[in-house]
Amino acid sequence: MLDPDLIGRTFTGDKSVKVSQESITKFAAVIGEPNLDCAPPTFAISITLDQSQKLLQDSGLDWTRVVHGEQKFEILRPIVAGDDLLCSSTIETYRVVAGNEIVSVRSDLHSGSDLVVSTWSTLVVRA
Amino acid sequence: MTLTVGQELAPKSYSINRALLKHYADASGDQNPIHQDESFAKSVGLADVIAHGMFTMALAGKYLSELAGSGSVKEFSAKFIKPVVVPAGVDVELVVSGKVLELEGGLAKIELTAMCGQVKVLGMAKGVIKLS
Repeated sequence: MLDPDLIGRTFTGDKSVKVSQESITKFAAVIGEPNLDCAPPTFAISITLDQSQKLLQDSGLDWTRVVHGEQKFEILRPIVAGDDLLCSSTIETYRVVAGNEIVSVRSDLHSGSDLVVSTWSTLVVRA
Repeated sequence: MTLTVGQELAPKSYSINRALLKHYADASGDQNPIHQDESFAKSVGLADVIAHGMFTMALAGKYLSELAGSGSVKEFSAKFIKPVVVPAGVDVELVVSGKVLELEGGLAKIELTAMCGQVKVLGMAKGVIKLS
């Protein structure tokens, strides 16, 4: 179960993630995207899902039982190779329905002081 | 591309198979075995291996970005309402189509529909693209 004190608190990573051209090329190849000038719109999830789980690993949530319920992206500018992105994650909402925990995690990716992409993942931790 | 409100956008079909799920797992870092291992998927009550919801969304995102070009997607959201079941040795077809909901200030709001056969797999799927 989630530690309720964590709701609304923001956890920021201490290490940024460097985006390589190789990681963009690999992601684009799976969806058959030929344009490699910038990352495809959902690329940010390859950073934020992992980063948010690390940042919230002591939250009491059982990440091995997580099902992805809903996803949203706000893209201020596309991610490009060479970006150094620092992730900060916040549990925005939390409720328990029939024993399943439903959490909405917002993760912001900043390059320096600029916000690049925000993601919202609604995750269901199955009972 | 000139869009008008209410316009229905031509559907496109995307194949999903086990090999692509492995590639998506490697590219995204999501190695959850329900997307790769049939016996594991069945042991947790699934019919078979299922696609990552985010892989389905990535394909719908490709549909969206092709409307106005790479880098044009400003917002994109969806609910994962039904799993895309991917049996061994089969190419499952995902058909994505769109409808123009709003046009304002150089932006277009698009409603997306993603179907596998008769099953709607994404709910409330919407995107905002910047028109070039």
